[in-house]
Amino acid sequence: MAEQSNQGPSKGAELNRRRVLQCMSWAGAGVLWTVTGGIPRTAGLIGDASAAEAAKGALNFVQISDSHIGFKLPVNPDPAATLGEVIAKINAMPAQPAFLVHTGDISHLSKDDQWDTADQVIKGANKQVHYIPGEHDVADADNGKAYLARYGKGTQGRGWYTFDAAGVHFVALINVFDFNPGFKSAGLATLGNEQLEWLEKDLAHRPASTPIVVLAHLPMWTIYEQWGWGTSDAGRALGYLKRFGSVTVLNGHIHQIIQKVEGNLTFHTAASTAFPQPAPGQAPAPGPMAVPAEQLRKYLGLRDVNFVAGKRGAPALIESPLAV
Amino acid sequence: MPRMLLAAAALAAMPAVALAADATASAPAVVEIHNMKFNPATLTVAAGTKVTWVNEDNSPHTVTDRGKVFRSGGLDTKDSFSYTFAAPGEFTYFCTIHPMMVGKIVVKPAASSS
Repeated sequence: MAEQSNQGPSKGAELNRRRVLQCMSWAGAGVLWTVTGGIPRTAGLIGDASAAEAAKGALNFVQISDSHIGFKLPVNPDPAATLGEVIAKINAMPAQPAFLVHTGDISHLSKDDQWDTADQVIKGANKQVHYIPGEHDVADADNGKAYLARYGKGTQGRGWYTFDAAGVHFVALINVFDFNPGFKSAGLATLGNEQLEWLEKDLAHRPASTPIVVLAHLPMWTIYEQWGWGTSDAGRALGYLKRFGSVTVLNGHIHQIIQKVEGNLTFHTAASTAFPQPAPGQAPAPGPMAVPAEQLRKYLGLRDVNFVAGKRGAPALIESPLAV
Repeated sequence: MPRMLLAAAALAAMPAVALAADATASAPAVVEIHNMKFNPATLTVAAGTKVTWVNEDNSPHTVTDRGKVFRSGGLDTKDSFSYTFAAPGEFTYFCTIHPMMVGKIVVKPAASSS
């Protein structure tokens, strides 16, 4: 997909026939969603319309995920290149995001040269990046020591932290340590008691009107237990979160967009920047999904998150694949 | 990461039963990782045996003891990891990247010289 729909002026009402047809082609792909008041609906078109909306936003940031630098199977032998395409897409956004969040699996195998490459490519966006690790980032023999030394400065426990931006409270949770191995059931992730106690304390004094964004690599709800796509003690965390009026949970790990609404809580897994994975249960096991080369970029992309000024409730989310 | 693939592959090709029967009780043993599974899922060895895991899968894996006795770190395709089991016991392990993958090593007392 060419980038032309990102380039026109966003304020005018020049809707010529060509522009409408461009928008129709985007809309036809069915990948652009916004979530308002907890109900997902198609709304944003990635070009002028979304740009105008984003420009009015109180906070606009981008989520990227699962870059797997070091991966080299035929479905995508060069994940640094597709990550670079995602960064270029961010740079072409008419309303520039305040920062990026990366929801884990930066590297494929927790190696310094893989993180070096990722850092080099992501630096091209010239934005602050808030990282959390995926299980591929803590696969060193010391189980996360290398990641924490590199990315974990100023974090608590085993890498968890919070930050605030434009009145939105961000909570970065780590659920890639201490898996429940699948001896009897599937191996679900855990947050662990120490982190959950910290979370409870962090949230306790905050007014319920504070919009919350939760970042975690593995899904915070059980999408497919047989593949370990869930977090066994997520319910306790959600218990602390549910009194807030707007809670947006952004996850990675499964390399596809799946969404769920539960009261004031909305859950969203993200596309990868490297390769797709099969839909839950649609393959003998999770893992890289082979797709024709010309299809790959339909599965990869970024997510733009917009908190609109003066509007309560969930932010508007716009999924932006590398190709449609 | 130790690149022991050639040695491991050579050992895998040898008749393991004959080796295990060897009175030295330290014959190496191999667990292959293939299609998101440890194979064999349960391996019984004599104390003193060096066990080598070889990743023959498309995905990277780890060999992580639940009791934290041994931990391979990430094994890319064709990487391997070895650990020598000195004392009898049972060791359950899993892959931290794919925690539904589990395996067990049962270590029996070394056969006394007969």
